[in-house]
Amino acid sequence: MDVNKNSYTFGFAAVMVVVVAALLSFAATSLKPAQDKNVEQEKMQNILSSIEIEATRAEAEQLYPEYVTEALVINDNQLKEGMDAFAIDLAKEIRKPALERDAPLYIASKDGETYFIVPLRGQGLWGPIWGYISLKSDLSTIYGAVFDHKAETPGLGAEIKYPVFTEQFKGKEILNENGELVGIDVRKGDADDYNEVDGISGGTITSDGVEAMIADNLQAYIPFLKDYIGSQTTSGSEL
Amino acid sequence: MAEVLDKESSKEELIDKVPKEPLFSKKNRKLLSDPMNDDNPITVQVLGICSALAITVKLYPALVMSISVLFVMAAGNVIVSILRNFIPNRIRIIVQLVVVASLVALVDQVLKAFAYDVSKELSVFVGLIITNCIIMGRLEAFALGNGVWRSFLDGIGNAFGYAWILLAVSFFRELLGSGTLFGYQVIPDAWYIANGGFYSNNGFMLLPPMALITVGIIIWVQRSRNTKLIEE
Repeated sequence: MDVNKNSYTFGFAAVMVVVVAALLSFAATSLKPAQDKNVEQEKMQNILSSIEIEATRAEAEQLYPEYVTEALVINDNQLKEGMDAFAIDLAKEIRKPALERDAPLYIASKDGETYFIVPLRGQGLWGPIWGYISLKSDLSTIYGAVFDHKAETPGLGAEIKYPVFTEQFKGKEILNENGELVGIDVRKGDADDYNEVDGISGGTITSDGVEAMIADNLQAYIPFLKDYIGSQTTSGSEL
Repeated sequence: MAEVLDKESSKEELIDKVPKEPLFSKKNRKLLSDPMNDDNPITVQVLGICSALAITVKLYPALVMSISVLFVMAAGNVIVSILRNFIPNRIRIIVQLVVVASLVALVDQVLKAFAYDVSKELSVFVGLIITNCIIMGRLEAFALGNGVWRSFLDGIGNAFGYAWILLAVSFFRELLGSGTLFGYQVIPDAWYIANGGFYSNNGFMLLPPMALITVGIIIWVQRSRNTKLIEE
């Protein structure tokens, strides 16, 4: 057999492509459920982490229902029924104007306190960044924050996921004294005001991305949350 | 088909003098031992440096990377060696690339399913195994012209040669940079300046330049001890 004939070369290439495609798609399909489960567990882990509950991915799946009591979807400052908040793809939603988004909101209760957990998504330097931020029931004070990223520079922008950055958010406030949304100002040094945190040296664009992400994502929540809290207190039910 | 196999094995005998050669003959053992020292892919051939710099901040990802490369290299060498008499010469590089790329895609999928955290940490570098020159180099230089068993040994040997450098570099980087090994703290808390001690982690060890310098030191030590590598 002449392996250098044109017809043989084409035949070989064709057979190879089909065999490889079949093998890989089989592998991808059969591993998909396990992969999806990992992503889901990680999401639960991150949500829990924003209210200061550290768990492994496996533990997160069990702890999640214990703490997160409600998952709502907000659209145009109204509650949107019949949607699974957990399944919403934020990457698509953030491209819409704030009020047109299907914005997921998680309500958690821990040690008798209620926390509102807002998922965030924005742009870093090299790719998307995302995170979760939990607000105390005054709607202004941050209880905890977690951030993660796809491809920020290690040692620089990638530092946003570490406590050295996230710890600063605790106790900061996102509303000013008139109750207007001001977000968090990620600064270069001298961050000591109620809504200021220190950015990352050498990671300015990522730090600015975090600032923009918080301001942008929260717009879709604050009016709704104010109403929500108002209705909860007037109806007398405990938060 | 039987005819083809017969023909192939007779060819193999001519090339490899296989008859009665023990599985671990001296020549075959050399395939395993050479890449460890005299012909190390990283320190002597200076291939695969990119990943050696990128994922050696901590031991665990380096270990997973080594295992992934071991799998891709051994399986790739075996597959190409099996196919070596059927691969059309003009598209052989493409065929090798397809073999390596599919194996890497497979590794990536498996890691995402069963070692999710590591797969996140290694991120793009798993995909970049495809571009690791060591793998394509061995396929082209060895597997295309040698029998299956010898190619397998060659793949394993080179992967171990790659692995031990990776692990050595990440050992020093994690120890001196983070004060941990495999994530477990080994430098006592009380030593740190923050706790009134005298010690502080060297943050520079975490950055890629120190990987280069560490590899450089390994090459230096190796060259000064191994007379075969000393150039005139």
